[in-house]
Amino acid sequence: MNIIPLFIVLPLTVAFIIPMISRKFIKLPDVLGNLTTLTLVFLSVSVIGKTGVYMIGGWKMPLGINMVIDGLSVLMLVTINVVAFASTLYSVDYMKMYTSKLRYYSLFLLMLTGMNGVVLTGDLFNLYVFLEIASIASYALVGFGCEYDELEAAFKYLVLGIVASSFILFGIAVIYGSVGSLNMAQISEVIKQRGMNNALLFAAALFLMGFGLKAALVPFHAWLPDAHSSAPAPISAMLSGVLIKTLGIYTIIRVVYNIFGISERLSLILMIMGTLSMVIGVLLALGQWDFKRLLAYHSISQVGYVILGIGLGTPLGILGGLFHLINHSVFKALLFLNAGSVEYATGTRQMEEMGGLSEKMPVTATTSLIASMSIAGIPPFNGFWSKLIIIAACIQAGHPVLALLAVIASILTLASFMKVQKYVFFEKLKEKWNDIREVPLLMCVAMVILSVLCVFMGLLLIPAAWNSFLNPAVQVVLEGTGYALRVLGQ
Amino acid sequence: MIYALCLILFLIGLYGVLVKKNIIKIVIGLIIMDYAINLFLLLVGYKKNGIPPIISKGDDIAEFARNSVDPLPQALVLTSIVIGLGVIALMVAIAIRLYERNGTFDITKMRRLKG
Repeated sequence: MNIIPLFIVLPLTVAFIIPMISRKFIKLPDVLGNLTTLTLVFLSVSVIGKTGVYMIGGWKMPLGINMVIDGLSVLMLVTINVVAFASTLYSVDYMKMYTSKLRYYSLFLLMLTGMNGVVLTGDLFNLYVFLEIASIASYALVGFGCEYDELEAAFKYLVLGIVASSFILFGIAVIYGSVGSLNMAQISEVIKQRGMNNALLFAAALFLMGFGLKAALVPFHAWLPDAHSSAPAPISAMLSGVLIKTLGIYTIIRVVYNIFGISERLSLILMIMGTLSMVIGVLLALGQWDFKRLLAYHSISQVGYVILGIGLGTPLGILGGLFHLINHSVFKALLFLNAGSVEYATGTRQMEEMGGLSEKMPVTATTSLIASMSIAGIPPFNGFWSKLIIIAACIQAGHPVLALLAVIASILTLASFMKVQKYVFFEKLKEKWNDIREVPLLMCVAMVILSVLCVFMGLLLIPAAWNSFLNPAVQVVLEGTGYALRVLGQ
Repeated sequence: MIYALCLILFLIGLYGVLVKKNIIKIVIGLIIMDYAINLFLLLVGYKKNGIPPIISKGDDIAEFARNSVDPLPQALVLTSIVIGLGVIALMVAIAIRLYERNGTFDITKMRRLKG
């Protein structure tokens, strides 16, 4: 049996089963949700190293929709499902603050379906459909609390999200009109033969706008701090950890490298957008006092690193970009869970009001210290290795100024997270927090899993792990429009 | 020419989203954008004096392919309309909740999240 469609079928089925059967059993949504994400983690680990094409319904390539699994898809699948598992584990206790758990899990699994679909599909319109499934579920999840802030954030996110989706659909329509196919491999093949024309350049611009909005790169970043800081903590972890990367960065990589083929111009645009996000994101983060809002601004900055690495187009740069992508998923998800724990215990997100929480919440404090050091790029944590590779790649590609900016942004990140540690966890415990307690066990387990990953993910660079996990993904990006041959040949 | 009109329709929608201060007008702007794209998708597959893409027994395949309009964009438009329906329903639901909280549809009065 082919397991590729299971990544979509399984969460989709459970998403509809949960609200149907679990009205009577209070615990069932938790159990079903966690079992599903755990199964998906095992499934995604089991496809490491595999490649293949799956035709939906047995229809051959130009007629039917196909799913492609290759190094890049596997990299994204593993990241998405590991973060999703940690988030659902965390939700068991955390979501007791909110009312309807069955709707929460249902929407969560729909979002997961959409993300798994986006990374697996080989058809441009199908990609749009999955992207919309993930987006609509995430709009609803951002506004899940139905308080004033959440609704305002959800509305902003919704408006910009729909504009982005419209641009993407417009781009797809232009491509279909110009090429006459929606299959990504065939489009790539045709573009390679005919070269770029004005219609295709217009489509590329539309895609960069649409996916750039979804990824919150700097000219398009305004919605992110509101949406990511207002959502419930496990959803913030999913949004910042994997959603912007799946809907934004992964799709940019696929479209720019595998469909259009990288050119000087596109590479320059990506590098400029990446550098702008990297620097402006961290500068905006410096003045923040809301814990989750600060983290959200850092997401913009770290996504800038990823896009900068990808935009360089050299093997080293792409490696750095992809490695930073998975590292950022893990440590940013962990930081949002930490922020959620602090909010769960104290009921506030303002950092000035906290202080000395490490006495009362040792697990949260330790894991957040690990995550902070990872994001600031301190050895031997994972963020150090990927930032080092990106900076080295900038110098190797002959852009010392970009390397310098990357170092400066990294130092500012460190400063910002020293502020977090100082005001939230160190210093003296304030009187009013005397009776707070550590968060429940499952929330701690979720945080510990992610922090263990933070410590050991640097090991992905040793040859055995490198050959089976990171290198295939880098090769997929590097082969560029060779993607078409590989997919059509099978 | 007709493509240019389609683009103008899209831009009218975008103008509504970017400039208007009333939530309902923003929603209408988004709907106009949605329809402009649906129209564009249909135009991509359109042929002047084309026949419906339904083949019957005894039709000559080559001639049928030459005369019929492209059915694929029509299928895409159906999907796109359904997605648009879901999004608009959610958007209107959030707008109603915001109205209950604020008593106004004016977005300039909803600026608690900033900085």
